[in-house]
Amino acid sequence: MTRDEIREGVLSALSDIAPEADPSTLRFDTDLRDQLDIDSMDSLNFAIGIHEQLQVDIPETDWARLYTLDEVIDYVVQKTAA
Amino acid sequence: MAEFVMPALGADMHAGTLLQWLKQPGDTIAKGDIVAVVHTDKADVEVEVFTSGVIEKLLVKPGAELPVGTVLAVIREDGAPTPPAEAPAAPPTEAAAPHVVISPSARHLAEELGIDPASIRGSGPGGRIQRKDIEAAAREGAAAPAPSAAEPTVAPGAAAPVPAPPPPKPLVPTAAGERNAAMRRAIAAAMSRSKREIPHFYLGQTIDMSNAIAWLAQENQRRPVTERLLHGVLLLKAVALALREFPELNAVWNGDELVRRDDINVGVAISLRGGGLVAPGIHDTDRLELDELMHAFRDLVSRARSWSLRSSEMSDPTITVTSLGERGAESVFGVIFPPQVAIVGFGTMVERPWISEGQILPCPVVHASLSADHRVTDGHRASAFLAAVDRLLQEPEEL
Repeated sequence: MTRDEIREGVLSALSDIAPEADPSTLRFDTDLRDQLDIDSMDSLNFAIGIHEQLQVDIPETDWARLYTLDEVIDYVVQKTAA
Repeated sequence: MAEFVMPALGADMHAGTLLQWLKQPGDTIAKGDIVAVVHTDKADVEVEVFTSGVIEKLLVKPGAELPVGTVLAVIREDGAPTPPAEAPAAPPTEAAAPHVVISPSARHLAEELGIDPASIRGSGPGGRIQRKDIEAAAREGAAAPAPSAAEPTVAPGAAAPVPAPPPPKPLVPTAAGERNAAMRRAIAAAMSRSKREIPHFYLGQTIDMSNAIAWLAQENQRRPVTERLLHGVLLLKAVALALREFPELNAVWNGDELVRRDDINVGVAISLRGGGLVAPGIHDTDRLELDELMHAFRDLVSRARSWSLRSSEMSDPTITVTSLGERGAESVFGVIFPPQVAIVGFGTMVERPWISEGQILPCPVVHASLSADHRVTDGHRASAFLAAVDRLLQEPEEL
């Protein structure tokens, strides 16, 4: 998978939990929870969405350290490259 | 014969608008089947039936706003004799609306996207329009260039285009602003009534969550992401189990009579995207394994946020839990949802200095509160209830 494909998959998973999120105005280097009204259930559903879209299962301990979209995309890129 | 009436889906509901029938006269129904969709100020709710039998008559058509208790349909119960043939019943008299069978979630999406559901063929059972059908219609609509007002679609010299008929008038307010205003009014009515009628008292207790969080981390480490548990599930289960020891808190008022309930249905306050909240219940919360409870919780949140709740989920809660999650304030003291007699609040989990065996250690803690009805219980029992919740959370593997 290319980085662009991963980015698209991550944004698709995000749109399922926060349909109001506009990718053109989202800041990829800022904590998502500061930008969107995301609670713990949304966060879990986001992780499940990434799993379903990109077949990458992010362990909870790693997930807790991913705050920004860039960090999520970088993580998935590394995982899929390994 | 049994009557199917406009249900009361919360203390704040005095009337509802019948949006659609999902069954027709002659259809066989079983207890628990969803037969209609009703619009309230808070949500569109799929209404279940509590009688098995055959739909004998539908008495109202979609579009009618009717008081709670109005008879909507007549059901011939299982075992009842078939009535003699008679002249066809007069059709329901309320204003007719196009018969479109559509899920609440799809209806709201259609409203948001400005799509007329009557123009769509549903892919669900019986042609029911589902969310995915609306999404597909939206994609098709986006792919086809919309005719511009400045560019008529008829060729020069052809007859003037016939104006398209106006879209059917919506049965209920559709603008997000109107819906939010209606929801705020409903919340205000219920909370005002609660504060007027219920003598609240409040207690709080800080709970050490070390054991619960350590157990949860270990548990989630071995689970695939789709089966992970949230710590909120532990809180719900602990409350449900504690209620077994304090049945007076698992009760509802029926007029002036207090009814202790054998079933423990914990209502969960769920905030909605764009504002407002609902508090549907999870049936038999105390009897569910944590996996089952997590599944039910996730499903409930998903359906609450897509406007697909069921009537029993709105009418059956016997207590409510409100939790501020990961990023809220440290304490919350809730207002009791009538006709319930208590609400439990959990603040966000924070790390605080904690004294254990003479040592000061950093410790994840959560503040639990109980708002209770002083007509039903007192501080001593309420305090013991919170202590029970605390005790149960110290042994998460037993939940």
